[in-house]
Amino acid sequence: MRLQGKVFKYGDNVDTDVIIPARYLNSSDPAELARHCMEDIDKDFAKKVKDGDIIIGGRNFGSGSSREHAPLAIKTAGISCVIAKSFARIFYRNSINIGLPILVSEEAAENIEAGSEIEIDLDTGIIKDLGTGKTYQADPFPEYMQELIKAGGLIEKVKKEVLG
Amino acid sequence: MGMTMVEKIIAAHTDYDTVKPGQIVNARVDMVLGNDVTAPVAIKEFEKIGIDRVFDKDRIALVPDHFTPNKDIKSAEHAKMVREFAWKYNITYYFEIGQMGIEHCLLPEKGLALPGEIIVGADSHTCSYGALNALATGVGSTDIAAAMATGRLWFRVPETIKFVYSGKLNPWVGGKDLILYTIGDIGVDGALYKAMEFTGEVIENLSMDGRMTMSNMAIEAGGKCGLIACDEKTREYLKDRAVRDYTPYNSDPDAEYAQVIEYDVSKIEPQVAFPHLPENTRPVSEAGHIKVDQAVIGSCTNGRIEDLRIAARILKGKKVHRDVRCIIIPGTQAIYKQAVQEGLAEIFIDAGAVVSTPTCGPCLGGHMGILAKGERAISTTNRNFVGRMGHPESEVYLASPAVAAAYAIKGYIAHPEEVL
Repeated sequence: MRLQGKVFKYGDNVDTDVIIPARYLNSSDPAELARHCMEDIDKDFAKKVKDGDIIIGGRNFGSGSSREHAPLAIKTAGISCVIAKSFARIFYRNSINIGLPILVSEEAAENIEAGSEIEIDLDTGIIKDLGTGKTYQADPFPEYMQELIKAGGLIEKVKKEVLG
Repeated sequence: MGMTMVEKIIAAHTDYDTVKPGQIVNARVDMVLGNDVTAPVAIKEFEKIGIDRVFDKDRIALVPDHFTPNKDIKSAEHAKMVREFAWKYNITYYFEIGQMGIEHCLLPEKGLALPGEIIVGADSHTCSYGALNALATGVGSTDIAAAMATGRLWFRVPETIKFVYSGKLNPWVGGKDLILYTIGDIGVDGALYKAMEFTGEVIENLSMDGRMTMSNMAIEAGGKCGLIACDEKTREYLKDRAVRDYTPYNSDPDAEYAQVIEYDVSKIEPQVAFPHLPENTRPVSEAGHIKVDQAVIGSCTNGRIEDLRIAARILKGKKVHRDVRCIIIPGTQAIYKQAVQEGLAEIFIDAGAVVSTPTCGPCLGGHMGILAKGERAISTTNRNFVGRMGHPESEVYLASPAVAAAYAIKGYIAHPEEVL
């Protein structure tokens, strides 16, 4: 699958409290969560983001709380993929479980600038900066996770297991 | 080659005899936990699966603790959704207001988190039960939906970092200071994807409450879990509590570790983590003159009886500074009752602090102590991220109950000895 979009870039340790502050967690409606996504570090994110856009973070993206509301808000806001130097472990599994594409690439996260238009081939993990023409290879997923992604997320996989 | 305790626990929950770091396995889980924020999302996912039963009604705990007693109508709707799910599936360990407590204080107290078990909770601080030798780890809502349906979940076997604490603890230094110091040393992703194993004479001598404080914050270093060996203290704690038989797993002497880190605790003084990361730690003597507006003593990190006793030792016969709001939150109903019986509640009230019903409330900026723009809190909780306790331009300083209580009296960050 190919994705293309404009880059929103953030630093290290973007935590789930800034992705979706707890004051909005009295809702579990994805659309409402998306309206407040990133607002404590990027006030106009929800207004600026367009379908297909891409977030690039630094180290330990999604640290903190286990709230699945965080990847859910990002996905519902229209973000097609998150690239980071590393992901916090609960955010990592939540994203895979709910089908938000995430890629680990130290180089891409370091070099691609905010506002760049980039293209991602999810099958090969190749990230292309359309402005500079430079390409980056994301780390491959372990086989188990590839299966999980192919199945359409954890619930789809469980459905097959439970219902046959 | 021997195995670490986390490897042994995972292997025991699969059909493998041994497992290796990096391996991904589908393992049995012993307990599944959700709260009033994460369970509603899980319930929606569970319903998508389309089955009409949970894997085991005795192995699911639902604890409405975050925004309860219900702070607003939307929160009330979520709490209602969790309650109705619990009724529908006859969940044994659903804790209604009046029985509930902060989940990570409550589950150990009720004997629901046991050595050698795998416990998954849709709450990042589920790692608290590592103190009881359980591979307890925070996962997402979809994860617990799958686990409630199947009793299994996927895990990547983590590498282990062994921490060895030796030496004599200084006065007023406890589990909170040790874990803050550790996070300050290795950083907020210093144990990313890894198991932390807390060992050494200091851990052996630490109380169960102190151990739980340490394991609680493993996630703040990125860790999957913060495990402690099962010993006599663990067994004593569980003697009249454990709801099931259990099999502890301790690490082999020749187990392979990713890293071994040793600390001489005699060099550690009370710690304060400055905004906006738990790794921004400083000894309290180097904190400078930081004036703060609110002190919070409680949470899954420091809301246990030992924490309240320490706070009471400092607050006894004194008054909270007139510019300070001091909020004290016992972790469970049983801790609350004990605080009343021991006279701690009276000490707090006489000092001018408020004593609240158990709730996560202020820790995550939910309710019961939200900060205004520009305000600062010192808190015994676990996170000081941007906007964590309220306005995005407020600040949180993390510390032990002793330091938080000393501050409440002084009005600025102070060493406990300055007020005694």
